[in-house]
Amino acid sequence: MAVLQFREAIRAAMVEEMARDENIFLIGEEVAEYNGAYKVSEGMLDRFGAGRVIDTPISESGFAGLGVGAAMAGLRPVVEFMTFNFSFVAFDQLVNNAAKIRYMSGGQYAIPIVFRGPNGAAGQLAATHNTAVESLYSYFPGLKVVAPSNPDDAKGLLKSAIRDDDPVIFLESESMYGLKGEVSDAADYLIPLGKARIAREGADVTLVAHQKSYWRALEAADRLAEDGYEAEVIDPRTIRPLDIDAIAASVRKTNRLVVVDESNPFASFSSEVACQVQERVFDWLDAPVLRVTAKDAPAPYAKNLIEYYMPRTEDIVAAAKKALYAR
Amino acid sequence: MAGETRKKTRQPVAEGKAQGNGISAVSQNGHSAATAEDGASEPFVDYPAGAYTHEELGISDDETRAMYRNMLLQRRFEERAAQMYGKQKIGGFLHLYIGQEAVSTGSAYAMEIGKDSVITAYRDHGLGLALGMTSNECMAELFGKVGGSSRGKGGSMHYFKKELNFYGGHGIVGGHIAVGAGIAFAHKYKGDGGVCLTYFGDGAVGQGSFHETMNLAALYETPCVFVIENNEYAMGTATHRAFAQPDFYRYADSYGMPSALASGMDIFSVYKAMSDHIAMARNNRPSILEVRTYRYRGHSMSDPANYRTKEELDARKEQDPIIRLKGYLLERELASNEDLDAADAEIKQEVMDSVAFSEESPAPALPEIYEHVYAQTDYPFLTD
Repeated sequence: MAVLQFREAIRAAMVEEMARDENIFLIGEEVAEYNGAYKVSEGMLDRFGAGRVIDTPISESGFAGLGVGAAMAGLRPVVEFMTFNFSFVAFDQLVNNAAKIRYMSGGQYAIPIVFRGPNGAAGQLAATHNTAVESLYSYFPGLKVVAPSNPDDAKGLLKSAIRDDDPVIFLESESMYGLKGEVSDAADYLIPLGKARIAREGADVTLVAHQKSYWRALEAADRLAEDGYEAEVIDPRTIRPLDIDAIAASVRKTNRLVVVDESNPFASFSSEVACQVQERVFDWLDAPVLRVTAKDAPAPYAKNLIEYYMPRTEDIVAAAKKALYAR
Repeated sequence: MAGETRKKTRQPVAEGKAQGNGISAVSQNGHSAATAEDGASEPFVDYPAGAYTHEELGISDDETRAMYRNMLLQRRFEERAAQMYGKQKIGGFLHLYIGQEAVSTGSAYAMEIGKDSVITAYRDHGLGLALGMTSNECMAELFGKVGGSSRGKGGSMHYFKKELNFYGGHGIVGGHIAVGAGIAFAHKYKGDGGVCLTYFGDGAVGQGSFHETMNLAALYETPCVFVIENNEYAMGTATHRAFAQPDFYRYADSYGMPSALASGMDIFSVYKAMSDHIAMARNNRPSILEVRTYRYRGHSMSDPANYRTKEELDARKEQDPIIRLKGYLLERELASNEDLDAADAEIKQEVMDSVAFSEESPAPALPEIYEHVYAQTDYPFLTD
């Protein structure tokens, strides 16, 4: 084990995989000469050369599509978006080409590609730079969506994503790149996609949360413990496929569920979890499934507004207490 | 070829000598030829119709006859497909390639099938058949049967054939252009010597994806030929109504790429132009080849094509690429009328057999709806 920043864990996963398989290459804006907009790919140009660590012009649609074509032709591209907010100009490449070509070709072509980069809010950046995309991309059959919360998961999941033969949307976070944690340095450290992690055990209420919200949920669990309530915190880690079995098992134990998600609330990850849980374990629920999400509005700029806009620890505590019918 | 053609002006360079009643690809659509400009511009080459013979191009007599047969197969296949559409055997959209067959066949004979790659838009029956997809798998795909090339999952707009390096068959206008550059990128990355031929229509030139991809392809020197099949109409919108600058080959200049015009009404023009551009691509020099062609049918089966006159259509049919090659074969005594009639009868039978095959091929079983979504075999779908 070594203590690594989140960005270093991502880099370690890419470096190890690229050393293992020369069909893997990294392409995106500022990934090579600049060493990465958020220094995720620092040193990789020197190690692997310009043939495998490739700078692009600001052409998300172009280089995302180039990645899809390269994947169809047998390579394994890792495409970095400087943020996933910029993936929207490449939307067609992700949701039509990456997601559907295998299907439309009757299984003839695989698309082993990873699109990775920061997701969600990163402070006072206003509406276009603060979108959490997991609800959006997980809508599309054909895509997988991964959203790790800590450096160790980031490494193990990214290595699995790179080896996966399906297109994977791999979500990181600007504000979490400096987060430090113990990271396995075991050879072939692979965490399977689609497996949730029980981060904290508890019998009173289940909190499902990923990425930044995960850390808020852990804080909320501490505060709830001070009031005598033991929350179980589940980090789904992968949004699609979703480990609904782990969530349902927890709800059978706690009978109460709060889903925390920095997506907007309408037609989102949180609504999906709520729906699936009531379909599967309705009889175990002692309270409605509650949600703590970004507000149903574009992200604002003003400091007080954006702080209010995002899921806060106190919002999670309040929702949990509501589910517990506690004061 | 790469480098050899770099010149400083945009004067059209006549490739070969115009012969007989050769029709210039430039004048064909009434578009002006590029004018000379100062500065470092890429060369512009014109491959007019009627300028080449098969001997000059190194095409054997047998290959010339096979080219005719290859074009005729596409024509007969689509005529029958149109009939089957009318009988409601085929659903969805059906975009016919009739009139454009010299582009697909001329390309197929200029490339190395299996080594090189091809990707195109939704008007894809012609290229699929030209590359060697069977009538059976093509017709059955239209019928939505498991005997289809995509087991009935893709339909008319989404033919794919991996063994032939045929990458589709894409329904979103312009969306596959960047994918083509990526396939070419992979050829270069792997060093396998292949090139990617990326086909799209005039309408796709208006998409941002086209312009982004031209820049990336030129920047990374990918082995790619971008073939603009200019059939003059994007659905019902004539090129002059959609483009401030409708001479598409001229866009190459903006990206530092060579470009040329070929006549889609003469297979030898297409063959010669494609051969030259493939040679450039093999030296990692991407290029644009605009082929002036024409589709006789509407955009799709529901389109009566009221946006053009009967006179215009008739005039273009007089340049029909299949009739043109038939005349060439007869004139040079490469084939007799009896030979060609026999070939036509065989092709018609092959197409009729494909209809029978498609009728008999089973519809996909309902559980197939979850197959080929993911490579992962145990994906936990949300099922009923």
